[in-house]
Order: sequence, then C-alpha cells, then structure tokens
Amino acid sequence: MCTSFMGDLLVGAQQLSTVTLTSRGSLTAPTTDTVKAALYLASATLNASTTVYSSTGEVTGTNYVAGGVTVTNANAVTATNSSTTAGVAYWTPSASIVYTNVTLTTAFDCVFLYNSTQGNKAISVHTFGSQTVTAGTFTLTMPASTTSTALIRLATT
Amino acid sequence: MALVNTTHGEMDESLLEKREGSLDNDIETTTWTEYWLNGELVHRSVHVSLKTGPALFAEAASFD
Repeated sequence: MCTSFMGDLLVGAQQLSTVTLTSRGSLTAPTTDTVKAALYLASATLNASTTVYSSTGEVTGTNYVAGGVTVTNANAVTATNSSTTAGVAYWTPSASIVYTNVTLTTAFDCVFLYNSTQGNKAISVHTFGSQTVTAGTFTLTMPASTTSTALIRLATT
Repeated sequence: MALVNTTHGEMDESLLEKREGSLDNDIETTTWTEYWLNGELVHRSVHVSLKTGPALFAEAASFD
C-alpha cells in the first residue's frame, strides 16, 4: 500500500465509497474537523467496536463538561516511507489535553478522541493508569509526533 | 506565599501536607501531587505523559 494513501486517509483526501458528511465549507479546500477528548471511568467499556461518542461511562464531576475538551490540532498529518514497501502516516495533537480545576472522585483510566464535526464519530481510545483528581488539574501530555510514537499511526510493514 | 486550590478554596501551601508520587511504564510516565489537611485530601492533580500511541497496521493484497 502506498504510504501517501494512508496519509490521504487521515486527512480525508481520497474517498472510495459514498459517505454522508457534515459540510467542511469547501469541496476543494475543506476546513479541518474538530477533535474532542472525553474521559471515561475505569468501569466503562470502550474498545475497537466503539463507533461514536456516548456519555455512558463518562466521568462526571465539578467543572467537567460532558463531551470533554477540544483538542488542539495544529500538527499536519505526515506520511513517511521507511522502505520501498513500508511506511507510516501519523498525527498527534499539538498540545497537551488539560482539564482544569476539576474534581473527579470516581477512578478513570481512559481518554476517548472523537470527531465532533462529523457526528461525534470515534477516532481512538487510549488507556493509562487509573486516577482521580480533587480540586486539581488533569493534564494529558501527548507523545512525540514521530513515526514510532505518534498518537495515531497507520502503518504498513 | 504559594496558594493551592483546594476543596476549601485557595489555601496557603504552608498549611498543608504535600505528598507526591509517580509511576513509569511502557505506556506512560505519570506524576501526581496531593495536599492533605488534617487527614483530608483537599487537592490532587495528575500529569500523565503518554509515551506512544498504538500503531494501526494497514495491509494491501500485494505491493505492485
């Protein structure tokens, strides 16, 4: 598979079947979708079969707004060949995801990224050690945006 | 005087007991800071640094 195609998939540059989309303003120079990040309880079930944002199992607490926060997205998708037959397309949010002055007393261990522009469609689920927050800030710092560590990587080997 | 946001509002850090912790594994490096007042947890902040995202492998029937 051509690496450039994987990059095109991440930016929505190729469309191999019909799909219903929310308008991105222009057919030839569409705007970037908005990505949001919601936190989920350790007891929640999110996995590869998750297709859309749901408040079921989402954390609740002081100053946490259902649906989570908007992800800062200033990084372009990058597609890089590692050989003549392999490559990777990748993307990482360009800033930490921060929930400020929240109280989340029930343990949570998961952040769910979803596309709030396109009907809250699922992007990815990332787990970490179970945490609580009390009148404090929860900061989720992103990995380096490289071929081997980026948050979203679509690869061939 | 450093102020800490707590469940009782902003408090002088010197009045509180500070506890810190961390964990490090293949997925994350995490640190947390807690402030306690007379045995009560009044503040807990957490900083999770993810090390990597999962790779999604794409396959084509052949590379021609």
